[in-house]
Formats: sequence, C-alpha cells, structure tokens
Amino acid sequence: MKIDKNTINKIARLSRIKLDDKESEDYIKDLNSILDWVEQLNEVNTENVEPLSNISSSILPQREDISNDTNSSEEILENAPDKLEGFFAVPKVVE
Amino acid sequence: MSKSSLQQTLKDLDTKKISIRELNQDYLKKIKEKENLNVFIHFSEENVLKQIDNLEKDNSAKKLKGIPIAIKDLFCTKSMPTTAASKILENFNPTYESFVTQKLLDEGSIFVGKTNLDEFAMGSATNTSFFGNTINPLSKENEPLAPGGSSGGSAAAVAADLCLGATGTDTGGSIRQPASFCGVVGIKPTYGLCSRWGITAFASSLDQAGIFSHNVEDASILLHSIAGFDQRDSTSAKVDIPNYFENLNDDLNGKTVGIPKEYSIDGTPMEISQIWEDAIKVLEKKGVKIKNISLPHTKYALPTYYIIAPAEASSNLARYDGVKYGFRSDEIDSLDEMYENTRAQGFGREVKRRILIGTYVLSAGYYDAYYLKAQKVRKLIADDFNKAFKECDFIVTPTAPSAAFPLNEKQNDPIKMYLNDVFTVPASLAGLPGISIPFGKDKNNLPLGIQILGKHFDEQQVFNAAVSLERSYE
Repeated sequence: MKIDKNTINKIARLSRIKLDDKESEDYIKDLNSILDWVEQLNEVNTENVEPLSNISSSILPQREDISNDTNSSEEILENAPDKLEGFFAVPKVVE
Repeated sequence: MSKSSLQQTLKDLDTKKISIRELNQDYLKKIKEKENLNVFIHFSEENVLKQIDNLEKDNSAKKLKGIPIAIKDLFCTKSMPTTAASKILENFNPTYESFVTQKLLDEGSIFVGKTNLDEFAMGSATNTSFFGNTINPLSKENEPLAPGGSSGGSAAAVAADLCLGATGTDTGGSIRQPASFCGVVGIKPTYGLCSRWGITAFASSLDQAGIFSHNVEDASILLHSIAGFDQRDSTSAKVDIPNYFENLNDDLNGKTVGIPKEYSIDGTPMEISQIWEDAIKVLEKKGVKIKNISLPHTKYALPTYYIIAPAEASSNLARYDGVKYGFRSDEIDSLDEMYENTRAQGFGREVKRRILIGTYVLSAGYYDAYYLKAQKVRKLIADDFNKAFKECDFIVTPTAPSAAFPLNEKQNDPIKMYLNDVFTVPASLAGLPGISIPFGKDKNNLPLGIQILGKHFDEQQVFNAAVSLERSYE
C-alpha cells in the first residue's frame, strides 16, 4: 500500500482540503487502486526520452513591451467573499 | 432526431423566411418544454429576449446573426454567471468575457444559456455536477441515460435541438465522447487553435475548446468562428485559419486512412467493431487507400493521462481558496481553517480525488516516478502519431467503447469510469484534432460514434473525411 493514513493526511494538508475519517478511508482505497493501475507505465522504457510538457508546435510570438491597464481593482474585487477598503479581507493571521 | 441545420437557418434568416425573433422564440419554447433534461445550469428567458432586442436594432451584417448557441458553463461570460458546475463557483459572475464566447458574440450569435457539465470538466457522464445530472435526450421514459461528459449539457442541448450549436471543451474526450453518446457531431481542434483565455482551467496542457453541432457542415462554420490567435494565451497558435466550410471537399479519392490495430481492444462490443468496419468499407469505396498502422504506446495513454491531468488540475485549482471569488466556508477560525473548510465544502468527491492524486504525484520524492515518467511516455505517444501520419492522411477509430450507459451506472469504480476515454485520450495527449460523428446504432437503437483524427492544424482534412462519411451514411 502506497497510501496509508499518514500519507493521505499529508496530501490533504498540502492540498488544503479537510477530510473526515470516512473520506480518508475512501480516498486511501481509491488512490491506491489508481496508483496500482498507473504503475503499468514502468513497463515502458523511457531512457533518453525527453519529457513532453508542451505539445504546442507554435513558437511563442513576441509583442511590443507596452504596458496596458486591463482590470480595475474594483472589477477584481467584485466577486470577493469579503473585502475591505480596496483589499481582499481574510481572517486575522497575526496576533 | 432533428433535422435542424445552422447553415439552412442562416439562409432562411437571409431570405426573411423567418425572423431572428421567431427563430429564437421557437427555441425558447423548446428549452422550456425540455426543462426535465437539466441541460442548463443557467437559463434566463429575459436575457435571451434582451439579446434579440439588441440584434434587431443592429443593422450591420454578421456571420451568425441571431443564431441560438448554448455555452458550456466553463466559459466565462459577462452576461451570465459561470460555475464550472461547482459549488465553489456557485455565485461567480465574471467581469470579463472568454475569447471564444467574445468571438461568437462579435458574430452576432445569441447565447441561450450555460450548459451543465461534470464539475470542473472532471468526468465522463455529467454526473459529478453540483447542479445534478443531465439526462440524455435519447433516453426512453423511466430509463434515463447519461449524456456522456464532461460537456454532456452541450451535447444534450444540440441533440434535443435546444440550439443550433454549442461550445464544449475537451481535455481527454469531453467533446467527442458526449457527441457519440448523444448522436451529434463534436470536434476538438488542434491544441492551440482556440485561445483558452477565459476558460476555467482543468489541465492546461490538454484543455481545448471546440464545437457541438447537428452536422459536419455546421461544425465547420462554427469552428472557424471560434478559432484564432490570442496573445493572452501563451499556447495560442499563430496559424492561418482556412474557411473550412467553403473548402469542404468530400472527394477522398487517393487519400490514405490509417487504421490503428491497437484500437481493437478486448471487451469492445461487436456493434462498435462493426461500425468501424462499415466506415472503413465506405472509405474504401470512395477510393481511399486503407493502411494498417501501429500506435504501439496506445495502452499507456490512459494511465499517462490520469497522472498528467490531475497533476495540472491540483495546481490550477489551488486558486479556489475562498479569498478572491466564489464560495467561502462559514467555519473560519484561522486562515488555514478557512482554506481547508472552503475547499472541503466547495469541491465534490471526484474533484477532491483528482486534486489529492495530483498533489501526490507532484510531491517531493514522487515527482520523477510518476509525473516525469508520464511526461516521457506522453512523448512516445505523440511520436507514435507523428510516425503514423507519415503514412496516412487521417486516422479512423471508434469514439467510445460503448453507447450511452444508464445514469449513475459507473459511479463507484473510478478506473472503470476512466476507461470511457480509451479511444479519445491518446489524441488529446498528442494535441491532435479529432471529430466524432454519429455512424450507426447499437441493438437498442442508440447512436454510436466514429472518430476521425488528423495532423496538427489539419482540421480541413478532418472535416473533409467527416463530411464524406456523413453524406454516405445519410
């Protein structure tokens, strides 16, 4: 088993997702079965193969270095669950 | 099945056989009659009427003036909320318009509503949506079928004739598979043909916008409208976009079709092998040379995809933290508590599963073994296609390993669900254009789909082969 209770807790913490015990159990099962399944990739010889991260065959075009103002802070804040004087507001971080 | 056609409707509007208002009022009526299918996450009659009013005042000529289009609720739209079918974006009202929808607005089309999808496009049955299942319009009474997914709402909207075309997105098959399930045409173009700007990101190296329509000709018109370079998407391609519709040519004489042997997989229903053979026979009659090809790494495409896509998703979905937009939990004793509760309550089960697996394969100590390994296998899969396309002009395969299945049938076993994408994922990993067209039926009279794949940016060849098969089938 690759994923145990400690591992799932660690991943959940990294993902900032709170899991209850029932969910942890379910995900341990799911993730182990998915990881067992993807492990068939180890059959493939990938020595000297370059990893492919961008399939796009086009070359990045350059543009003029001109600044432009596309978004006002008002627009950016429009969907914020909580805001205060032009800023996003969150629970207090420092005592 | 409806005989609606965008092309015919454009002619009827042009010759004043029907007005924009009459046309759209017909569609409004049909949408209201079919509410039980749960095709739309957002529909507002008032909004549609307002668009009609505005177009009536507009005297300029526009290519899609007055044409009712449905938009997958993954595209940001200023005039309608955008949820990605997730609770975490339940109340999100974009302050900007996606590239693709802006293009459609510029052409004068009318947005009838935002269609349902799997949450964040993660699924193959439109059953992970926070807003409930969409029902396949081809279902018999009391036997609801899945429309496929993730763009199940858009596929269903076209199949039920609630619009003359719809937008979708395809990451591993999310346009082609639902098109096959609902008996409509669905095209995913080459990665980079349509800007991803304003599309809620799932797996950025795979996500691509595309089109659902009633027939291949309509798809060729609509794809031309949404394609194009955009500097706000760094992977957007600066290529000439041909007028696919005007260039349509169903004469395939002298072309070569590739038939990959690896797509004959155990457990595929007879009927699907049969329509595949039928399609090959039709092509042969048209003077197409049949070439048996090999794509040796095909069987590794799904596991590769299910490492790369969740890895990218876990990174893309980090933005949903309850700070900038969307849902925020009430349980917020500290900043970390706020993040963890917001994401626990805001995301559904499948989305969480993918974030967790993506986080794991990217985490220290596992990155090389999983993520890097998958990227290398992805290269081999792309190379397989490059080699194959030296010997053929296009490739023909089935679209999906089954016809539409009953709603909720495959919910419990994630791997079984993932197998839906077995024929569509390889081309996604290679960034190739692919179309699904209805071709034949199974024993329950449900439609089956044939997939045509082309070389990078050779959408014209894909359309030509598709229109040729479509015309021979009708």
